[in-house]
Amino acid sequence: MPKSLTPGLSKLKEEIEGYARQFGLDFFETIFEVLTYDELNMVASYGGFPTRYPHWRWGMEYEQLSKGYEYGLSKIYELVINNDPCYAYLLESNSDVDQKLVMAHVYGHCDFFKNNFSFRHTNRRMIDDMANHATRVRRWVDKIGVEKVEDFIDRTLSLENLIDQHAPHIRRNPDPKRAEDEMKSNERVEGFKVDREYMRGFINPAEFLDSQRKKVEDEKLKAKKFPERPQRDVLMFLLEHAPLEPWESDVLSIIRDEAYYFAPQGQTKIMNEGWASYWHSTIMTRRALKDDEVIDYADRHSGTMGTRPGALNPYKLGIELWRDIEERWNKGRFGKEWDECDDLRARRSWDKKLGVGREKIFEVRKHYNDITFIDTFLTPEFAIEQKLFVYGFNEKRNSWEILDREFRKVKNKLLQGLTNFGQPIIEVVDGNYENRGELLLAHKHDGQDLKGDYARETLRNLQSLWRRPTCIITRYDNKGVLLRFDGQNHTEKKIDL
Amino acid sequence: MSLRIHQDHSRFKQIVRGKIKSNLRKYVQKGEMIGKKGKDTIAIPIPFIDIPHFKYGHKEQGGVGQGEGEVGQQLSPGSVQPGDGHQAGQGEGDHSLEVDVTLDELAQILGEELQLPNIERRHNEKIVTQKIKYTGVNTTGPESLRHFKRTYKQALRRQIAMGTYDPARPIIIPTREDRRYRSYKLQELPETNAVIIYMMDVSGSMGDEQKEIVRIESFWLDTWLRHQYKGLEARYIIHDAVAREVDRDTFFHTRESGGTMISSAYKLCRDIIKADYPKSAWNIYPFHFSDGDNWSADDTRQCIEMLREDILPSVNQFAYGQVESPYGSGQFIKDLREAIGDSTNVALSEIADKDAIYTSIKDFLGKGR
Repeated sequence: MPKSLTPGLSKLKEEIEGYARQFGLDFFETIFEVLTYDELNMVASYGGFPTRYPHWRWGMEYEQLSKGYEYGLSKIYELVINNDPCYAYLLESNSDVDQKLVMAHVYGHCDFFKNNFSFRHTNRRMIDDMANHATRVRRWVDKIGVEKVEDFIDRTLSLENLIDQHAPHIRRNPDPKRAEDEMKSNERVEGFKVDREYMRGFINPAEFLDSQRKKVEDEKLKAKKFPERPQRDVLMFLLEHAPLEPWESDVLSIIRDEAYYFAPQGQTKIMNEGWASYWHSTIMTRRALKDDEVIDYADRHSGTMGTRPGALNPYKLGIELWRDIEERWNKGRFGKEWDECDDLRARRSWDKKLGVGREKIFEVRKHYNDITFIDTFLTPEFAIEQKLFVYGFNEKRNSWEILDREFRKVKNKLLQGLTNFGQPIIEVVDGNYENRGELLLAHKHDGQDLKGDYARETLRNLQSLWRRPTCIITRYDNKGVLLRFDGQNHTEKKIDL
Repeated sequence: MSLRIHQDHSRFKQIVRGKIKSNLRKYVQKGEMIGKKGKDTIAIPIPFIDIPHFKYGHKEQGGVGQGEGEVGQQLSPGSVQPGDGHQAGQGEGDHSLEVDVTLDELAQILGEELQLPNIERRHNEKIVTQKIKYTGVNTTGPESLRHFKRTYKQALRRQIAMGTYDPARPIIIPTREDRRYRSYKLQELPETNAVIIYMMDVSGSMGDEQKEIVRIESFWLDTWLRHQYKGLEARYIIHDAVAREVDRDTFFHTRESGGTMISSAYKLCRDIIKADYPKSAWNIYPFHFSDGDNWSADDTRQCIEMLREDILPSVNQFAYGQVESPYGSGQFIKDLREAIGDSTNVALSEIADKDAIYTSIKDFLGKGR
């Protein structure tokens, strides 16, 4: 099990930590532990934590990681968890230069965890909480039985992505307006003010009063509809409204907590990996590398930066974008004057010698996430230089192919892939659909259809939690469709949107 | 050392094998069991369980890539793996890694997957072969074994010692005494010989799909037995109403028509064993595949007689796989089951479709004989 650092390694750690501080990185205390490769694979399978609740999917991860390692296909270099103190792991068999690289990379991540706004509301004691979650689930397993608990977890995992990634940042208070409305609607329906009693029958005829009353009743009914507004946090909705056993809601809340803990890492993947790579590269090449380590370092570094045509490497895209921002701000390539200059030669040799690049990137790492990062800093020049393209599937040729290199399209596609982690946006619209206690979800269609068989299976899993039939409104081929599962059968009907 | 993860790991494997939690079975994604077989390596996809989410269809999605290429250029297959995007922690977007493994590793995986026992060899120490092992260098020997480098060195050393070596004109002439030869020892190695005799019914009722099943299944049988025995021999017999011995390629690709007389194949098999594979020296594995539609009850009786009298006593295991054909499954397996089903060295298996290959391999190899 984890060994404390050898004297050699703790010296390296001190050295690298010193450089990191000199460069202005600001991080929680970072604890490195040395693991053998199968221990590292285990921890990685657990998502970086030394212990998780018992579940087969960690085993699945482990199978992939260990097979990948045994066949020499992949190897985990760096593993760090967002916690205070930060924990990071080193592979026992790595050479010194690898260890230095990993440490430098890790300090980059730790700085990012501590300072980026997306992580502000994450639980910094997660390592303890994960262990508590594990204990809680194990206790339920002892009480309820492993099959039942695991089946339940399997079903909730199917819904794991139905969270509201912005939720941690916003306090969604009960709507004050609603309380006001409530007050109003409780008043009697009086009709218009009448000065002369004999005019009452004309100003407020009986039919009119009736229709007014009905309106108020309708509104009350509407208010009873829940949620009042579509709710993205489907898991929360289930916790509050689904008829769950105590153990079920406990397990569900654990799954939800963990999903929220990991969400910011998904929202800042490109920035975070890019930032860490930028810093390992800076620290290693400016300070830490010894002459005889250069080749090994270059080999490792280029290994991480490698790209394949069909997959975007967040490390590569990230580091290049950080470097581009630094250069632009060093040379003053921003602002009105720069934007309005369309003399290519002038642009190419543009250098105002501002030297504020470093300052700028520190600021950016604080206030942006992947979406705003790409949206703000991806420039046409950068896209060309990095040879970015949009690819898509050609049904006729039954293969993937390059569709376009136009900047707008590349950027839009990138942003589309990042929005909501590239997952469809699903909301709870009605918890009492058709007044029959059915659950109605809606898919905010953005041009991409849902995968049908998966959607149906997910509805089935949702139904097993909600107990009553579950429905989702979506579109196929631009036509409104309502998918419904009633516990026995799937049905599908066309609807007008 | 046992890690905590091993519990989760073995649970995952059990699910994949369908032992527990059959409700998850439908989410298990596995490629075909037989992969590309080029130069002794094969690609096996790693199984994974895909829990359904609300998500976009892959082909709808597309994405952004990086690199050279004209618009319209195809991306190489396998290079596109739209990530889940949701994977927390480290960026493991892609699931089905294709790995190259050797046939030997494949056999190990097969053994592990199906929990096959190692085969108990019959004639382990009885036969010995002699193997030449080069162990040293000698001053005498045949010219064909002359060690050029050592000879040269020896001659050089002698010439320098004698003062006849001229660096300006470095000609080395070895004499008889300079010559060095590789010397060897004969080692006696216990050897286990094994032969597989494949028999296949190629009568009209065996269609391409049935042959495909036989082909896949024999590939795996072959892989496993080769893993167990070095130097495995294989013989191939096809039969309809008459049987003949053929080479491997013909075996898998012939399509004959006509009736089925299984006895013809068994007769040939018996003769082959008698002629080439003495029972005392060989581990013998006849495998027979058919759709079980034999010509007559009389022929079936002959078959059973031959099995009882000649074949079963001399083989490690006799295996019969009955492949279901469009014309249904025949009577033969039932007859065999009644007659010799309780013999220890008989394995019978019904193979309904490709998916049944998995269990059938287990039927055949699970006995460890």
